[in-house]
Formats: sequence, structure tokens, C-alpha cells
Amino acid sequence: MKAYFSYFRMRLIHSLQYRTAALAGVATQFFWGFMEIQLYRAFYSEHADAFPMTLSSLVSYIWLRQAFLMLFNTWTFEGELFKSILDGNVAYELVRPADLYFMWFARTAAVRVSKTLLRFWPILLVAFLLPAPIGMQLPPSTGTFALFMLSGFLTLGVTVAFTMIVYFSCFYTVSADGIRAILTPVSELLTGGLLPIPFMPAFFQKIITLSPFGAMMNAPLRIYSGNITGIEAGKIMLLQLFWLIALTLVGMLLQRRGMKKLMVAGG
Amino acid sequence: MKLYFKFFLMHLKSRMAYKRSFFFSVLGRFLTSFTTFLTIVFLFDRFHVVKGYTLGEILLTSGVTLLSFALAEMFFRGFDSMQVIIKDAQFDRLLLRPRSLVFQVMCQMIEFGRIGIVVQSAIMLIIGICASGIEWTAAKALVLFLMIPTGTLLFSSLFLLHAAICFFTLEGIEFVNILTYGAREYGSYPFDVYGGALLKICTYIIPYALVQYYPLQYLIGRTDSVWYGLISLLAPVFFVPTYALWRLGVKKYKSAGS
Repeated sequence: MKAYFSYFRMRLIHSLQYRTAALAGVATQFFWGFMEIQLYRAFYSEHADAFPMTLSSLVSYIWLRQAFLMLFNTWTFEGELFKSILDGNVAYELVRPADLYFMWFARTAAVRVSKTLLRFWPILLVAFLLPAPIGMQLPPSTGTFALFMLSGFLTLGVTVAFTMIVYFSCFYTVSADGIRAILTPVSELLTGGLLPIPFMPAFFQKIITLSPFGAMMNAPLRIYSGNITGIEAGKIMLLQLFWLIALTLVGMLLQRRGMKKLMVAGG
Repeated sequence: MKLYFKFFLMHLKSRMAYKRSFFFSVLGRFLTSFTTFLTIVFLFDRFHVVKGYTLGEILLTSGVTLLSFALAEMFFRGFDSMQVIIKDAQFDRLLLRPRSLVFQVMCQMIEFGRIGIVVQSAIMLIIGICASGIEWTAAKALVLFLMIPTGTLLFSSLFLLHAAICFFTLEGIEFVNILTYGAREYGSYPFDVYGGALLKICTYIIPYALVQYYPLQYLIGRTDSVWYGLISLLAPVFFVPTYALWRLGVKKYKSAGS
């Protein structure tokens, strides 16, 4: 456990170096969020009664999503990891006295956390300073905030476990490009990255909520503003825990079986 | 032109060498713009109308914007990778050749994967044309048709702007993405949806609204003045300052590679 944690720290410090890229990212994310809020406000001004969540809930949802984009998105992958499976360098990892799955899990989580540490605070700072309709609100209570944090950790876990499945499915398909090209738009839609899940038709909502995608950013971003509370919050976090375990097991299985049939040529 | 066609075939052949990877990249692009489509449909399923625009009218707008952007991206994407061209000194090679630089950078890259978006946005456009309830006349058809090439030229000028800035910074500036990809993302809706201030910016500073908002007003019959429809012809004027900046950049260029 300690080994994985120090590996996590190592990768974290490594990727904290890319500050200029982060600054540009902040500006873009902020602008994106602003435009999206403007769009929803246009809908809200005419159809407030058909809105599935309060405007301030939605505004908080969008700002949080923009601030934690690097933590919760389903489309950040490290090319290096794909490459090491494809060119066989993954065999070196076997030499290490640590479990490959958890090493990569720690590494992927570290990259996400470090990118987020550089980006989230300027976005949130400005979002809190903005005036009422488009400004970010504090959560209704400290209890809600605690639930948000806990759910956020679970989301990071579920999301990383999901990306691990994509990495290790590379053992079975020759190239990862195809899977990535298709998964990126589909998972972005299903996690609520484009449109918050409450805005979708009831039928879709039901399916997505039970799927692993509903157990990702959907949960913490809606818990924060009180859109999901009480028993519902407990239920969705149990689902998150379930998917974290299930996706981790699937990923480990893919990795174990892939490594078994892996043959490394050359010397 | 003949030379460009040669490059076109060359890029096509090299892309076709890996058919499966090509297929997936087209499919991925198709799905990306399909999710845009779904998002719009979901929102209108709930709200029916925004600022007086119906689903059909929004699909029409979205189709036109996406299509002209995808065409610009397909043929002018070379400018978006200008930082690479400058950094590994490929640009020095281009300077030696007896052809215009803009032409040569254009020939560096043709993104056939964008066909996925072209197809999807064309479908969206067709649905929009049928569902918008517009009574089509020859004049309106012409106005709609003009929106596409003028939009493509406008977006291409923005790619050129990004490339020109690279001469001064040697780095791509992600901020410029707001101007290009942001317009694609949010150009699905007529710009007045985002508020009056933004519409002004999109009229006078970067003239997106000329190829989108104003012609649309004519198409859906909110104004009878055909000038609103033909104003899109003014948008390519944006090319002039960006080209000037590009020329300045080329003049100032000192090789960065080894």
C-alpha cells in the first residue's frame, strides 16, 4: 500500500510541472462554462417550470464540472501506457515487486489529481465572485459538502477503474485508437458531461443512473447543490461503491489474463 | 489546383492504407457530432422553443455551422499544427519551394476523418431544412448555400490567425481554440441566445454572426430584407487582417529548428 502511495506522489509531483498548459486550460474551461450557462439561462427565462433542477443547482453543476474536468472526465488517457502494452515494454513492469494493476491505477489517479490541483481553484474562485444568477453558490450545509467530497473520491475511483479497462483491453485488440474514438463521445454524453442527466428523457435517465456512467461525475456534482439529498444520496453512493468494485475486478481480470498470454519477443 | 489535387490523392491513399483505423476515426467523429445532435433534441424535447427558435431552425443553424467548420478543418487543418511545422524546421523547407506558403501549408495535411462530421452535419442540415417550416424560394436557397462557403472561409481565416500567432510565440496558444472550437461548440444556437453583448462581439470583432445569425433571420422570415441574407458575403473580409498578420509573421520568421 505504501509503495503505491509513494508512486502516486512521485507521478503527482512530476505532472505538477506543466503550469503554462494549465493556465491556458483554465481560460478555456472558464469560457466554455460561461457560454453554457448563458445558453441554459435562455432556456430558463422562458421555461422555468420545465426545468428539472433549480437554476443555481445547474450553475453550480456546470462550474464544478469545468473546475474538476481533469479529475472526472472519461477521455484522458496516457499515450505512454497504451504504447507500453503495444510495444511489449509492459514486460519490464513485471520485474517490479508490485502489482501492475495498482501501480497504473495509482499513476492514472496521480495525473488526474495533479492536473486538477493546478486548474480547479482559479475557476472556482472566479465562479464564486460572479454575481447571483451565474455565480457559484455555497453548498446548503457542511454535511452536504462532506457527502460531496466522499462522492467525489468515489467518482475518481470509478472513473480511473473505467480507464484501466480501456488500457487493458489493448491486450486483446491491436490498436486502442478505435475504442477511444468511439468511447470518448459516447461516455461523455452518458456521464452527463454534455447535458446534465436530469435534462434527458426519463427513459434514458433510468438506464444511465444504473449504469457505471451514472456513478461518475453525475453523483458529486448533483449532491453538492442539494439536487440529490438524503436517502437518494446514500443510494447513489452505494451504486458508486458497487461500480468501483465491479469495474476494478473486471480491469484486474483483463490484466491478469492478458499478461498470461503475453509473449515478449526480442532481447 | 492540379498540384493540390495530387496532394489530395496522396493524403487519401496514405489514409486508406490503414482502413480500420480510418473507419474508426470517421465513426468517432460522426458520433461526436451525433451527441451534439442528441443534446439539442433532448433539450427541445423538454423546452420546445428558445427565443422563438424551434427545433427545426436550431438544427438548420447547427448543421450549417458544423458543416462549414468541418470543411474548414478538413482542408485547413495544416495551419492548426503550425507550431510543429515551425519547431522541427519544416517551414524552412517550405520557404525554399516556388509555391505560395499558404498553399503549401494547406497541402501538409488533409483530415479525411472529418468526413464523419461532414456527413452527420449534412444529415442535420437536411432535417433542419425540412423541419424548420421555411417556405423555400430561390433567394432563400441561395442565402443558405452561401452560408456554407463563407463560414468555411471565416473558420479557415481563424486557423490562419492561429498559425500567424505561432510565428511570434513558437507555441500554439490554446486560447485561440476558444475562437475556433468554441464557435463550433456554441454556434449550434443563433448567437442572440447567448445575450446581446455576445452578439455584438460576434458581429463586429469576429464576424461569426454574419454567416449565422443574420442570414438566419432572413431565412426564417423575421426580416424581409435580402441584405440580411447576403451579409454573409462580408465575412471573408476577415481574411484580410489575418493574412496581413501572417505576412508579418513570415517576414519576422527566424528558423527555430536545427
